[in-house]
Amino acid sequence: MEKTAILILIPFIAALTQLFVPRKYGKRFAVGASLLTFIVALVTFCGFPSSGDYQYITNVTWIQSLGINFHVGMDGISMLLVLLTTFLVPLIVLSVVQSETRTPVFYSLILFMEFALIGVFTSLDGFLFYVFWELALIPIYFICLLWGGERRASVTLKFFIYTLAGSLFMLVGLVFLYLHTPGSHTFDIDALYKAGRALDLRSQVYLFIFFFLAFGIKMPVFPLHTWQPDTYTEAPTQGTMLLSGIMLKMGIYGVIRWILPVLPLGIAQCGSYVMWLAIIGVIYASIIAITRSDIKRLIAYSSIAHVGIIAAGIFFVSSENGLNINGVQGAMLQMLAHGINVVGLFFIVDIIQRKTNTRKIASLGGLRLKAPFFATAFIILTLGAVALPLTDGFVGEFLLINSIYMFNPIMAALGGLTIILGAVYMLRMYQRVVLGEPSVETENFFDLTLNEKAVLIPLLIMVILIGVCPNIFLKVSEPAVRKLLTGF
Amino acid sequence: MKDIIQQVAVLLPLFPLAGFIIIGLLNKRLSRTLAGLIACGALLASFIVAFIIFENVSPQGTEVHVMDWINAGNFTASFSFLLDPLSSIFLLIITGVGFLIHVYSVGYMHDDDNQNIFFAYLNLFIFFMLMLVMGNSYLLMFVGWEGVGLCSYLLIGFWFKNKSYNDAAKKAFIMNRIGDLGFLIGMILIFKTFGSTDYKTVFSQANGFFSGQGVITSITLLLFIGAMGKSAQIPLYTWLPDAMAGPTPVSALIHAATMVTAGIYMVARSGVLYALAPISMTVVAITGAITLVFAATIALTQNDIKKVLAYSTVSQLGYMFLGLGVGAFSASVFHVMTHAFFKALLFLATGSVIHGLHGEQDIRKMGGLKSKLPITYIVFFIGTLAIAGIPPFAGFFSKDDILAHAYASSPVYYVIGLLGAIMTSFYMFRLLFLTFFGEFRGGDKVHPHESPKVMTVPLMVLALLSTIGGFLGVPEVLGGSNRIDKFLEPVFKPAQEKMLGGEGSAPEMILMVVAVIAAVAAIWYAYKKYVQDKEVPAPEGQRIPALQKVLYNKYYVDEIYSAVITKPLDKISGFLESIVETRFIDSIVNKTGTLVNWVGGLLRYLQSGNVDFYIFVMVVGVVLMIFFKMM
Repeated sequence: MEKTAILILIPFIAALTQLFVPRKYGKRFAVGASLLTFIVALVTFCGFPSSGDYQYITNVTWIQSLGINFHVGMDGISMLLVLLTTFLVPLIVLSVVQSETRTPVFYSLILFMEFALIGVFTSLDGFLFYVFWELALIPIYFICLLWGGERRASVTLKFFIYTLAGSLFMLVGLVFLYLHTPGSHTFDIDALYKAGRALDLRSQVYLFIFFFLAFGIKMPVFPLHTWQPDTYTEAPTQGTMLLSGIMLKMGIYGVIRWILPVLPLGIAQCGSYVMWLAIIGVIYASIIAITRSDIKRLIAYSSIAHVGIIAAGIFFVSSENGLNINGVQGAMLQMLAHGINVVGLFFIVDIIQRKTNTRKIASLGGLRLKAPFFATAFIILTLGAVALPLTDGFVGEFLLINSIYMFNPIMAALGGLTIILGAVYMLRMYQRVVLGEPSVETENFFDLTLNEKAVLIPLLIMVILIGVCPNIFLKVSEPAVRKLLTGF
Repeated sequence: MKDIIQQVAVLLPLFPLAGFIIIGLLNKRLSRTLAGLIACGALLASFIVAFIIFENVSPQGTEVHVMDWINAGNFTASFSFLLDPLSSIFLLIITGVGFLIHVYSVGYMHDDDNQNIFFAYLNLFIFFMLMLVMGNSYLLMFVGWEGVGLCSYLLIGFWFKNKSYNDAAKKAFIMNRIGDLGFLIGMILIFKTFGSTDYKTVFSQANGFFSGQGVITSITLLLFIGAMGKSAQIPLYTWLPDAMAGPTPVSALIHAATMVTAGIYMVARSGVLYALAPISMTVVAITGAITLVFAATIALTQNDIKKVLAYSTVSQLGYMFLGLGVGAFSASVFHVMTHAFFKALLFLATGSVIHGLHGEQDIRKMGGLKSKLPITYIVFFIGTLAIAGIPPFAGFFSKDDILAHAYASSPVYYVIGLLGAIMTSFYMFRLLFLTFFGEFRGGDKVHPHESPKVMTVPLMVLALLSTIGGFLGVPEVLGGSNRIDKFLEPVFKPAQEKMLGGEGSAPEMILMVVAVIAAVAAIWYAYKKYVQDKEVPAPEGQRIPALQKVLYNKYYVDEIYSAVITKPLDKISGFLESIVETRFIDSIVNKTGTLVNWVGGLLRYLQSGNVDFYIFVMVVGVVLMIFFKMM
């Protein structure tokens, strides 16, 4: 069997098996299964050929009459996202604190989520892509609904309906493309690409809007973001990690895979509007983040800002300075960086909440004194988030701002405000939470446990590794990005 | 000759990086002595390498490739170094002065719980500073640039329990970031224009541009925004005086001798570009000139010994930018060097005073320390003479070099510079007299004592350098050969050639005499006021004349920034969240949901299950169809 199919199957089988694993071994089994998936992904990554073509393809007929196949495979773009997913899931599982409420179903849902996510990133069939896309929504819905905070019911429902509504537009778009494929129609990715490119401007614009609604809500791009802060805040930590670390990449991946190569005229017509929305979102979310009193919410807003820069950097195919390879490559790297930083930061929030029973900035402080290792981990993740050179956030953000500049210098300057505002809200939070004298709530704060270290150290290593050696990752996705932008 | 540089260059930043990693990871598991030894040893090793490089450097420079960094699309960048006369001088200053300050810190930080972390941060700072100077591209300069900003942040807030220190640290980082955005955009414009950010590519292509071309002016102005942040020029200077919250060795190393001169390095390095942008040159000169006077006036009335030195640093940096702006690149670099000597000396001597007085920084509570801290007194005196521009101390030569060039460019610049020099002499001697002369005003409980050898020996070395450092650049009118100018000539020649119009000439001898007389007069006035008349600045809260009050409160710039930027930003943040986000955007989303519900509710009436109603609708429909058909 090809590696892609193996990568999809392991978490799927594990998710089913998990239900029958005794409760006290639940976490261990889930860690083991997701680790195994990661090892397979890592081996695949290390041996990944420097080609822009899809590798490790499995193509099995699913519904013949409709031209739907179980067609999966990976190019460099998919590979990086699969690597990110499989790297983060074991850490997310590991971050769970064992308790009565963390039933086997909880772990099973996380593994099922991993299965669906890998499916999304590797589908080479439009219909299959849509199926995985919606499948991914189900486990996260239950994770948030069953294990979330006080307002979970209403918040989760809104999140569910909002994103589902977006995806339905995508389904219409996909069917529209399908109907423009020749002969007896097919959902094959190459055929859909060809069908999309052949469309006239008007159709491309409509399709662009349809696809953008699906992907823009998922990322989310301003002003489609209002479900996000509430959902991130109410979801249990692992849910927030899955949502912010991996699931929002589905939206960006969707743009790269299903808009850039399919709708060149649509992008040329509407891309700049989306870019402006994204840039507005960067500033808007950053400014809101400054005065948030709940650290989890603050990071939720910071995530909107970071994603805004990514979105702004990918919504054009070429400028007067040539193809936007720099921008898409920057987006690829920034997706990895953002995934790592945000998962780390939400875990930091989780640690604080568990040990102090509060997330209010005003009640915290003095953690540096109580927990030096914790403070160090926190500052390194913070530096990654504010894009300090030699940390993971810098290279991607630089490439993105660079490419936005090639499209429109003013946009780049406005988007660049993120490096100032990011420092404002992150350092403000860091100071009030970590520095200074301990408060009543933090009086008994203790430093990282072994389990917490096991989650954070791999993340910290990645923060530096991506910052110093970004080429390890860039070179894998470069041929695929080039091929995607130049056509076939 | 070149080979040795190829072989050793990479070691230079590697030593302090290794020091940082070892001390940082082991932290408290290392003994305090061992941590100090590792940190100092790393710097000594780096200094030796820097010296080897300095001795072997070739006029046109050597490039050393270490490893690739970023390859994405048409953007490439690598970790590569450029060792040429300009960078080699900076390397010597950084590692040399850095080493002395490390040694001094062993004594100064001796009783601090987190001494080991302090050394780790210091080593990390040196690493980034070396990257900044050695990098062969703007991107690497930016790496070092932001890195030193981080270390500055960590070290200003080193005593992290104190809120105001943390505020100062955060302010420094954010204000620097404002400048960094300018740098970043400037760098991207460089990439767009030249296809690379490597100096070699950029400068060789610069020949194809004519003087005053818009894109070059934009690039240089954007870069200068970065320089204003890092080198604390108006309007981005207010972080530097606050940065004095850090331990005094940090003030000496980062906020006086090295990091803050990064802006000078950047402009000097980009000399070729600035030479093509007369407008930018004028902006640089005017910014420098205004800053040097502005900061000097504030320094006149401050009572915190470190604050006076901080404003004097801002003012001296203004001199350097004035020099750069009038095209006197090597004079400015010369002043960077002498300033590193005497300002490091002054800060460390100040540290010795503070150490001896158990943390007291208010000069109103000092006085009479001459006899109690004799070594500190002598070296402080030397430093003061050097900064006041009294021959033959180091500051005299470099400052007069700048002033002579300023005169040649425009006598107005010279007059401003001279004004600044007079004020400098006055406030520095005011400081000296109030601290070391007269009676001790600190009360009976404080018993001042001289610092240990580990602190005084570095002071003596710096005092020596402040005394003789100026002889590297003795001007020709005084029978010297200005060796530093000759040494740097190959770097700045292309820029000099591009500058429009030859420089005017200056009556150098007369200018020098005028400057010295003016400085001496200011010293005499300070002597009369503070030694003969025994005047002591008014205690806090007492009414002082309006002008003095404005100066004492630093022209209220911090208050203005807070009212115009910080507070409104908070307000906007709250407004966006509570009004735009909740009442507008999210409410539309929710209303959409309600609308769908409502429409669904309406549609429900159609499916009432009442057969009569269905038939009625059907008949009406058929009738309407027929009706329309007949139309």
